[in-house]
Amino acid sequence: MVEATAPHHAEAETTSTGLSHRKLVMWAFLGSDCMFFGSLIATYLIYQGKSKVGPFPEEVFSIPVTSVSTFVLLMSSMSMVLAYAALTRGNVKSFRVWIFSTAILGMTFLAFQVFEFRDFANHEVEIDCTSVETANLTPLEQKLAAKCGEGDLKIVEQHGLTPRTNLFGTTFFTLTGFHGFHVTLGVIWLLSLGFLSFKGGVRPETNLDVDLAALYWHFVDVVWIIIFTVVYLYGVFPGI
Amino acid sequence: MTALSIPVPRRPVHPTGVWSWITTVDHKRIGILYGVTAFLMFVTGGIEALIMRAQLLQPEQDLVSPEVYNQLFTMHGTTMIFLAIMPLGAAFFNFMIPLQIGARDVAFPRLNAFSYWVFLAGAMILNFSWFLGGAPNAGWFAYAPITSTVFNPGHGIDYWVLSLLVLGIGSVAAGFNFVVTIINMRAPGMSLMRMPLFTWMTLLTSLLLILAFPVITVALIELLLDRLFGANFFNVAAGATPLLWQHLFWVFGHPEVYILILPAMGIVSEVIPTFSKKPLFGYPVVVLSGVIIGFMGWMVWSHHMFTVGLGPVANSVFALTTMAIAVPTGVKIFNWIATMWKGSIDFKSPMLFAVGFVWLFIIGGLSGVMHSSASSDAQQQDTYFVVAHIHYVLFGGSLMAIFSGIYYWWPKMTGRLMNETLGKINFWLMFISMNIAFFPMHFLGLNGMPRRIYTYDGSMGWDLWNAVSTAGAFALALSVVVFIVNALRSVRSGEIAGADPWDARTLEWSISSPPPEYNFEQIPTVHGRDPFWAQKREGVPTVPVAGGSGEEGGHGIHLPQPSYWPIVAAVGLFIGSYGLLYSPVSNFGLAAAAFGGAVTMISVYAWSFEPVNDPVTGTEEHTQH
Repeated sequence: MVEATAPHHAEAETTSTGLSHRKLVMWAFLGSDCMFFGSLIATYLIYQGKSKVGPFPEEVFSIPVTSVSTFVLLMSSMSMVLAYAALTRGNVKSFRVWIFSTAILGMTFLAFQVFEFRDFANHEVEIDCTSVETANLTPLEQKLAAKCGEGDLKIVEQHGLTPRTNLFGTTFFTLTGFHGFHVTLGVIWLLSLGFLSFKGGVRPETNLDVDLAALYWHFVDVVWIIIFTVVYLYGVFPGI
Repeated sequence: MTALSIPVPRRPVHPTGVWSWITTVDHKRIGILYGVTAFLMFVTGGIEALIMRAQLLQPEQDLVSPEVYNQLFTMHGTTMIFLAIMPLGAAFFNFMIPLQIGARDVAFPRLNAFSYWVFLAGAMILNFSWFLGGAPNAGWFAYAPITSTVFNPGHGIDYWVLSLLVLGIGSVAAGFNFVVTIINMRAPGMSLMRMPLFTWMTLLTSLLLILAFPVITVALIELLLDRLFGANFFNVAAGATPLLWQHLFWVFGHPEVYILILPAMGIVSEVIPTFSKKPLFGYPVVVLSGVIIGFMGWMVWSHHMFTVGLGPVANSVFALTTMAIAVPTGVKIFNWIATMWKGSIDFKSPMLFAVGFVWLFIIGGLSGVMHSSASSDAQQQDTYFVVAHIHYVLFGGSLMAIFSGIYYWWPKMTGRLMNETLGKINFWLMFISMNIAFFPMHFLGLNGMPRRIYTYDGSMGWDLWNAVSTAGAFALALSVVVFIVNALRSVRSGEIAGADPWDARTLEWSISSPPPEYNFEQIPTVHGRDPFWAQKREGVPTVPVAGGSGEEGGHGIHLPQPSYWPIVAAVGLFIGSYGLLYSPVSNFGLAAAAFGGAVTMISVYAWSFEPVNDPVTGTEEHTQH
């Protein structure tokens, strides 16, 4: 082909913009994926508050728990930056430490999500029969309270949230499920890069491979920040 | 590649034969595969249309049952839009874009092959439904909740959803490829404002593809989850609104309309200047109009929903944006006319089709402007008036331009000319019969004939125009037969075309016909618009003389090598889709879905580890160490 190419990557071609094809296609993909998540989030918002039966967001969400998993995912973005920086400096060992850290943080986030999904699916409604009058009850809780018999201290019934339960379940699991799917693909990608580095497949000259994975990973994080804000925080504190 | 030792099979080496087509990554071969497949789909969709027209020839006929009729109009619309017009456009993108921008291939040749095989898989999934329990029957926009399992228990809608999901993957992949190819692989000197118009419109179409398809993908996934796993997206009893589908579908659907028409506008903008012997009038304005159309295409979707009851404010806003989008379209039409003005026009077949396009697209555009008035649209919604409109813009518009493109680029693709007399017969027969088939639908619609009815009463006064329309449809089919005869004759014994039979303007005509595998012996340098005219008329050197690749051509040119993985990945998607389809009824289905997914996943892995070059071809990898 023609002579001069960008000096730092082995696979760089002469291109009209100077950007490599792969970098450009990654940005195009992210633009496309924005429309994908945009449509899912729009669907969620359109159906927000339209569920006819519970459980409702404020009954199942635990902001402290999800805040922790959000923190974990954000930290993974930081370790991703450190991995890329290490590789660019030429320190493959340090790169390996950070890329596996990123993958482990990603898997931790996924574990939180699995735990959370199971928790929602086994959601229980509990009524304290000793203080029924004073509590501010939802319709479902009122129904349960009516079952309080003589001498009952409390009544517990299982009302799990699944994609079939109500519109909230349908839209919540679809949106967060597809995000989790993106994280899963990202973890596979990161692990592949980590293991490839043992075979000499990740070198400072080929840091574009890592750059692309990093772009994807940060994008998935940004999407989660939006989901955490719109779905979780707004779901529990709608007035704010 | 140096120390990397991952066991991957060698890349295939098949210079000729069936395997060479299966493993090809050559954009020209992929373009031909797209073209042939899409044309077969066009014939299939056409036969479906003819059966419907035969059924409507007279009142109270029972050639087909109402159930089959529903399947026919659904399949006709879906086939023509997703399996005929879009991929016919893609055939030209593939063959012509690298040639027009002076490149040796697209940016991602294997992804390109993958796009084609995925398209073929989607086409097969959709059409096999005829033999596996009935085709989809809810119309091409498949409004919820008529698509939910309660009202539509068979598998037809599942086939529709899965095939569109699979086709979407192929379209978006192709979109990525052409965005990057056009932005990043232009020959030296070819700035954006020197690009041929067809390249410009392909860029815009590709951007629309990658942004619009995710929206329908989400809608389709939601419908699939409802149907297969009992989710509630369109379950009205759970509080859902059917409007969600309509909004998501048309947010995709209106940009899709421009995905169908922008390539057509690009083709016509190539043909008209060439045969008028004048540069395109107002090139920057034509480009800008295309950009505005691509942008405003996102702001008009609710004009498909005027009768839904969104309220006077929403209807007024969408009526205004719809009227506004007619302006850049009108600007383009004036530019084409001004290009012809005082030109020395040569009415060869491609030019006839291009001028036919301008005529018919104006008529389709005018009825479109009528629809943009919400109050007037309330009269026309769901009548044959809308059917007339869509056929004037998609047949009179997109397809006339595609035929113009076929006649224009056929010599470049095959190296042989088509017969000019047969071409003229083809054009006049198609132009006249197209009007006979579709113009009466305006009258039928204004007389209140609803679309999608399988028969009608003799006392409605619709007999005459239905009979005329049916006659026109069969004459139209005859014109397609004339085209097929012309094409086959040309392939067998057509006159040898030479590199530049039309005295054309753009780079693809500067190389031999059909182009060599490596396209350009030397990458050309571009100094202005219409670079090949500049070379021929003013002696501005751009490229070596046409067809002058006599010596050992292509030596040392780095060409992408064939690969098995694109087709294997597509097969995985095909198996996975069928598995998903039968997953509610058997665990075997779920297993097949997982297997298909795994096949695709493994292919993508093998694909990314495939060596860039095997040493067998003798071409050396170009590295910087």
